[in-house]
Parts: sequence; C-alpha cells; structure tokens
Amino acid sequence: MGVIEAVGERRVRNLRYVAERRGFLAALLISPAVLFIGLLVGVPFALAVYLSFTDATAGSLTGKWVGVQNFTSELHDPIFRGALWHTFLFTVISQAVVIVLAGLLAHALVRSFRGRWLLRFVILLPWAAPIALTAIGFLWFYDPQASIFTWILERVHLASAANPPNWLGTPRAAMSSIITVQAWRTIPFATVIFIAGISSIPQEVDDAAAMDGATGLRKLWYVSLPLQLPIALVAVLFGIVFTATDMVVPYILTNGGPFNSTQVLTTWAFQTGINAGNVGQGAAIALFMLPFLAAVVVGMLFFARRAEVT
Amino acid sequence: MSGAWRQKLFSYAVVVPLAAVIGFPFFWMAVTSLKPEFQVYDPTKVWSFHPTLASYGFLLHHTAYVRWIRNSCLVGLAVVAITLAVAMPAGYALARLAGRVGRTLGVAIFLTYLVPPTLLFLPLSRVIAQYLNLSDRLWSLIVVYPSFTIPFAIWLLMGFFKTIPQELEDAALMDGCSRFGALVRIVFPISIPGILTVIIFTFSLVLNEFVYAITFISSSTNRTLPVGVPTDLIRGDLFNWPGIMAAILIPSIPLALIYNAFLNRFIAGFTGGAFR
Repeated sequence: MGVIEAVGERRVRNLRYVAERRGFLAALLISPAVLFIGLLVGVPFALAVYLSFTDATAGSLTGKWVGVQNFTSELHDPIFRGALWHTFLFTVISQAVVIVLAGLLAHALVRSFRGRWLLRFVILLPWAAPIALTAIGFLWFYDPQASIFTWILERVHLASAANPPNWLGTPRAAMSSIITVQAWRTIPFATVIFIAGISSIPQEVDDAAAMDGATGLRKLWYVSLPLQLPIALVAVLFGIVFTATDMVVPYILTNGGPFNSTQVLTTWAFQTGINAGNVGQGAAIALFMLPFLAAVVVGMLFFARRAEVT
Repeated sequence: MSGAWRQKLFSYAVVVPLAAVIGFPFFWMAVTSLKPEFQVYDPTKVWSFHPTLASYGFLLHHTAYVRWIRNSCLVGLAVVAITLAVAMPAGYALARLAGRVGRTLGVAIFLTYLVPPTLLFLPLSRVIAQYLNLSDRLWSLIVVYPSFTIPFAIWLLMGFFKTIPQELEDAALMDGCSRFGALVRIVFPISIPGILTVIIFTFSLVLNEFVYAITFISSSTNRTLPVGVPTDLIRGDLFNWPGIMAAILIPSIPLALIYNAFLNRFIAGFTGGAFR
C-alpha cells in the first residue's frame, strides 16, 4: 500500500515539476495559438495552392489537376497583365505619397502645441473609420453629377462646369481617384508609427548633434532620419502589404472599371473566383500576390535584425 | 527661444492645412447627411438648405442598419473572447522566452498576420459552405476572423508583457506562487491597460473586415456593418446619399475618439514587440 502511495505521490510531484519547467509551460501556452493559426491560415493557404493547379469551379473543392495551366493562361491574359501593373502603380504611388505626407505630419506633431489634440484627432479619422464605409463616402464625393470636388475646383477655376472631370469614369482619372483614397486612408497609421520612431531617439543624441553643430536639414538627414528608419520602415512595409493585398477601395469605388483600367490582382481574383465561379483560376491569380509578400517579409526580417543590432 | 517658435510655426504650417484636407471628407459627409434627400443633387443647394435629421431617422427605423450594428457587435465580442483566450497565454510565453527561439516564433506568428484574406477567401469560402455548413451565418465569421486577430493580438500583447519586469514574477514565485498562479495573479492584472488596447483594436479589425463578410454572408439580415451599408442602402439604382453618410458617421466618430484615447498604448505595444 505504502509503496503504491509513494509512487503515486512521486508521479504527482513529477507532474508538478514538469509543469514548473519553463520550456514545457511555454509550449503549453503557445500551442493553442499555433494550432489555431495552422488551421485557419496554413490549411486554407495549402488549399489555395492546390486549387490553383486544378480547374475547380464554384460548388466544389476539387477539380481536375491541370498543372500550371491556370498560371500560364493568366500570364497571357491582357486583363491580368493590366491588373499586375495596376497593383504595382496603386501600391507604389499611394505609399510614396504616404511617406512624404506622413513624414511631414510626424515631424510637425511630435512636439506639443496648442490644438494638437484636435488636429491629431482629425488626422486619425480615416484610420479609425471602417474603410468599407468611408470608401462609399468617396463614391458620393466622386459622383459624376454632384461631386463636391468638382464644385470646389469650379470655384477656383480649375474645372469648367461645361466639361466636369469624370472622377471614376475615365481610366486615368479613376486610377488617380482610387490611389488618392488609398493614400488618404493609410496616412494616419504611417504618421502614428513615424511619430513613435522619432520619439524613440534619445534626447542625448539630439543634444550631442546640437553640440556638434548639426541643425535643421543636416541634423534631419544625418541624425534623425537614420535613427528613426527601422521603426519607420515597419510602417512603410505594412502600408505596402496592406495596399497590394487589399481590395476594399478599388472594389467599392470602381470594381476594376472602367474597361478594367483599375483592375488589381485582388479585384480580378474576386471577379474570377467568386463572380465567375472559376475557383481554381481565381486562386492562381491571388497567388501572384506571393512575390509581393515574400519581398516584404524579407525586407521586414532584414530590418528587424538591423534594429536589434543598433 | 526663436528655435522653439520656429518649431511651432512649422507645426502649424504643416498640420493645419493637411488636417483640413484629411478631415474634409468627414465634414462633407456630415453636411450631406443633414440635407433633405431630394436636394443632394441640386447645384443651388450646396450650402443653402434646411438641415434635417430625417435621414438618421430613416436609417435607424426603416433599414436593417441597427441589425447590422448588432451583428457586427456580436461577431466582434465573440472574436475578442476567442482572441484573448488564445493570444494572452501565447503572447506572455513569447515575451518571456529569451533568445532565438522566442524571437523567431514571435516573428513567424506575426508574419501570418500579413497573409491576406484576399488570398485565403476562395478556399475558405468552399470550406465554410461544404464542410462546416456555415454559409450565410454569423458563425462563419466568428470561426474565420481569429485567423488575423490572433497574430495581431499576440504581437501587441508580446510588446506589453515585455515591459513587465521579470522580478515581479520572481518575487511571486519566491512567495510560493506557481508559475501559472503568478501569471494569473500578477502579470494579467498589471497588463489590463494593454489588454484593453488589444480588445479595442481587435474589435475594430472585426468592424473593418470586408472580404470574408461579403463572400460568406448572402442575406441582408445577416450582414455586418461594412457590407450591409454598401450593398443594401441602395434602392434599385438609387443611392440614398444622406442616409449613407449618416451610416458612415455613426460608427466612425466614436471609434475615432476611442482610438485617440488608446493611441499611445497601441504604439507602445506595436513597436515594443519588435524593438525591445
């Protein structure tokens, strides 16, 4: 009896000992998250890759294996090639605008002044408001008959009432319009992270730079910018990923039109996969986003490491 | 002194005009939402009109708007609960795992946040429809949304937990607490501000989600806010613009106020995960 009891007690003690070990506890705490992510991201991702090699259509998860046919037929499709190019333009131009404006705003907002709270509140609005909703707002501001932008431009004689700009109706204007909205919605987040980058510079560095006679632009270029770069880059890379892979703004404002002139990878994948029901083909289109993602991931890892070293 | 003045002047010169441009769409939404519906296209009534709250009344009483808000909130609360239950332990463990393993795992989980819904929605829509039988049900969103809220929340929480000194837990262990006990009694209570930040930003991620919601949900009564407004507030080809503007403003203004209140904590968590 006593022996069995002693063994049982030891087992309990062992169990307790195991539970107190760091490695075991860590694995226990992390595993639900890994499981969840594996099931909800890993499995669908693998399925997307599989589907892209099949001719699966709506209503089924399987299809005939067709090899790389989905990919090659897309590469020969002018609409798809256009979508690739538009995704590139949409991302690069909008994020370039964001970097400039958010950089300016961050430098201006980092020190306190009267009215800063209100101004910061206004600048945060596009980020806080759900983008699917504010994008519809822009549908109204870009209205061909009653656009407020046109009305303002007419007041300052930059547009004529006889020939008003067709914000979403002509290819070039439509592209500019959706790029504007995307830049508008990304600015607040970038500003906020840029501010964090600037504030992360220790006061001593500032003082030392001033002692050495670095002021104004020279200080900005040689001291402030390099030091805030790692954090700022995270914001930029984020902006790139969430612009290249998001479809809300083009979907709501133009849905790829007119004449596919604002078709991006995401809207084209949606139209092919959901509206036309070619699931395999749609999956192949969506997978073309991977190079974008991979490039950004490499960039992030690279700069995360650099940030750690410095 | 003159340097400080120049700094202030620079701030005003940059921020005031840019804030005016960035905020203008919201100003104009507010103006439009107060217009009588039949006057929105009237070029002579751009400024001179009799403001009315009729569109707000219409929105709240004659559309499914309140229902969409309710749906969004239900999904949001459920997703927040799941996210916290999974992300709090993981975020803590990753914050405390020193060295290469912890860091690599943290970055790996964060990278899954970058895998976009636009890549996963096609296979997921089939899984939801065929294997889970959740088509057109809010449950489909509750099941899928943690796929992006969990990595996001883990990242933020990791940042917060790293700011809690290890000595506090060590003291609790010395006093006879188990590791798990120290976690529940010491670490989580101190982190309440951080956890609150995670709740708010997770909830707003849910409120923002569009791609899954428009793919999985097909009937008007089951829509969430960001999908219901663009699809159902249009009657035939007619857009009820004042009503739509009201529908945008109602959730946006409170959200912006909350964002403002929690912004500094958000930044601390967001950048803390990477740079501390």
